[in-house]
Amino acid sequence: MRKLGQDWLGIVLAGLSSAALFVALGMVFLYAPREATMGDVQRIFYFHVASAWVGFFAFFVTFAAGIGYLARGERRWDILALSSVEIGLTFITMTVVTGSLWARPAWGTYWTWEPRLTISAVQLLIYIAYGMLRAAIESPERKARFAAVYGIVAFVTVPLSWFAIRWWRTIHPDILTSGEGMAMTSRMVHTLLTSLAAFTLLYATLLRQRTRLERAADALAWLRLRAENEKGV
Amino acid sequence: MSIMIEVHDLTKSFGPRTALAGVDLAVESGQFVTLVGPNGAGKTTLLRILATLTKPTSGAVRIAGLDSATAGEALRRRIGFLSHRTLLYDDLTAEQNLNFYARMYDLDDGPTRITDLLEQAGLAARRHDLVRTFSRGMQQRLSVARAVLHRPQVLLLDEPYTGLDPNAAQVLTDLLTKLAVEGCTILLTTHNLGRGLAVGKRVVVLSQGRIVYDEHRETIDPATFPETYRTLTAQSRLTFDV
Amino acid sequence: MNFFRKVCAIVAKDVAAELHTREMVSAMLVFAVLALFIFSFALDLRGAMARAAAPGVLWATVAFAGTLGLSRSLAREQQSGCIDGLMLAPVDRSAIFFGKAIGNLIFMAVVETVLLPLFSALFDAPLLQPEVLLVAVLGTVGYGAVGTLLAAIAVNTRAREVMLPVLLLPLAIPALIAAVQATGRLVEGGTLAEAGGWVRLLVVYDLVIVAVSMLTFGYVVEE
Repeated sequence: MRKLGQDWLGIVLAGLSSAALFVALGMVFLYAPREATMGDVQRIFYFHVASAWVGFFAFFVTFAAGIGYLARGERRWDILALSSVEIGLTFITMTVVTGSLWARPAWGTYWTWEPRLTISAVQLLIYIAYGMLRAAIESPERKARFAAVYGIVAFVTVPLSWFAIRWWRTIHPDILTSGEGMAMTSRMVHTLLTSLAAFTLLYATLLRQRTRLERAADALAWLRLRAENEKGV
Repeated sequence: MSIMIEVHDLTKSFGPRTALAGVDLAVESGQFVTLVGPNGAGKTTLLRILATLTKPTSGAVRIAGLDSATAGEALRRRIGFLSHRTLLYDDLTAEQNLNFYARMYDLDDGPTRITDLLEQAGLAARRHDLVRTFSRGMQQRLSVARAVLHRPQVLLLDEPYTGLDPNAAQVLTDLLTKLAVEGCTILLTTHNLGRGLAVGKRVVVLSQGRIVYDEHRETIDPATFPETYRTLTAQSRLTFDV
Repeated sequence: MNFFRKVCAIVAKDVAAELHTREMVSAMLVFAVLALFIFSFALDLRGAMARAAAPGVLWATVAFAGTLGLSRSLAREQQSGCIDGLMLAPVDRSAIFFGKAIGNLIFMAVVETVLLPLFSALFDAPLLQPEVLLVAVLGTVGYGAVGTLLAAIAVNTRAREVMLPVLLLPLAIPALIAAVQATGRLVEGGTLAEAGGWVRLLVVYDLVIVAVSMLTFGYVVEE
């Protein structure tokens, strides 16, 4: 088992994402223009969309890691999958919360069945189901295998859900929020892209920490087991 | 004498826990081997790997010359498996259960074979009754019929005597003896030492995932063997590769 | 050919077992009728509102009742270690998937055959059109396929049957939306062409989900 030494990559990532977040924050509040209809509240949009993107990306990583695990059977794929789910869950929760916070002052209601918000809520439910599945299985090997299968099948349904929800909203538009298509100026685009980059770096930083944490936990379990056996249990 | 079952450096780990730590075994065609060992020794794991119900972590298994990793389907055709679980559907009749398995094994003479086996198992009168209404002994007899339905060359039995009264146990032993005479290769596991010595021509002791003893029955003195067994299966140190 | 015969053998076995006990289908039916009543009372469905709500209530009911049957079907294989019996058979693992899935589809179809006329009458909604049946078939195929896979997983967890709805329902959303929307359009007097987009979505969903379920099923049952 490799020794977990100083984590240079983790430090670099932490530094980069801190810097990026500062820049993004600055851009969101100072650089991006004040939106015409909704005012300053609209600035949530940048965090909302960025976290939605990262939430979905984390799900994709879990999907890919699931395939990796089924193909190779190595624990590191499982570690990647479960770490990405945990972090993705955080970002998706942020998406749903920011969406709700935005909806209230913008449209007077805490929830709209707006496609992006809805698909994020669906992903949230799937993430939670994934977590519950893992928790309900004792054997680590089965846990990894079942979770991998679920991650793969679940991810595949997300684009299909997205289309279904989009079409559903097109046919039955939410009267309150229809016409929410914001015209994006170039400044807004820059801010959005920066937020996206910052959040993605944050995701990478957290992922790095979480996977290392899990590997340390594994090492601890091995050592415990060895100690127990040497005691002649 | 050809080798029917070949196990080469077999290991199986469940995460950090090692169930089999390098098992080598060769069973000749027609041999009757009893595998004894304490609970947790790895007997069930070994048998399930031989039956292709579980995949090994490393190592090779060949039965009737077929590699379990590549020729699983063909291999499964040659083996019969019996455990303390019956593998029978409670909500089907005895006949329906055997019919199902006959179809799954592509038996040409299904109906006659089924009638024949039901007769031998003493269950002919109950063929149209739901298995749920059978006693434990009757269920086990039917399960044996299921296991040998497709005339397997190898019979794997995992603690088959569990829950059987002396009568039912004798019926099982008689059947196994008969099959052994007919040339079936039999591998049976039990944690009951007396039982292990009573049946079988070769005794293998498994402890903590390793074979620690492997002798022909004739060379074993039933009086001293229990002590030998106790010594062999006392908790020994395992080394972990970290 | 061999493969097909074994799939049929598995389906036949499940049907035979159900014919002896009838417990799965009856449980699904009773649950569905109860759900129907509860929805009607809870949403105070009468007249035009009832007709508008019919597709939604119907497919929600089918979805929930379906989880009962799916769980039960896979739990049957756990009793007495029967899943080992299936795994010991000299056949590709996907045969087990198809055998179980088709069996589950049959049972769901039986329940839907009772529910459709019942809903038609109670909600005064023209559900007995062949187009609606097509939507029903398409929706059930996808739901049943992924449901079989997930039930095989759920039955091996601590929470057992309870786990299945949690796992299955979020993944069934595309099919649910499509089925409800298509049925709704058809009930309002629309043609199949008008509901075409939704039907196409169901077909795509079915193809994708059946493929993925079939490919991953082996990993669920192989230890």
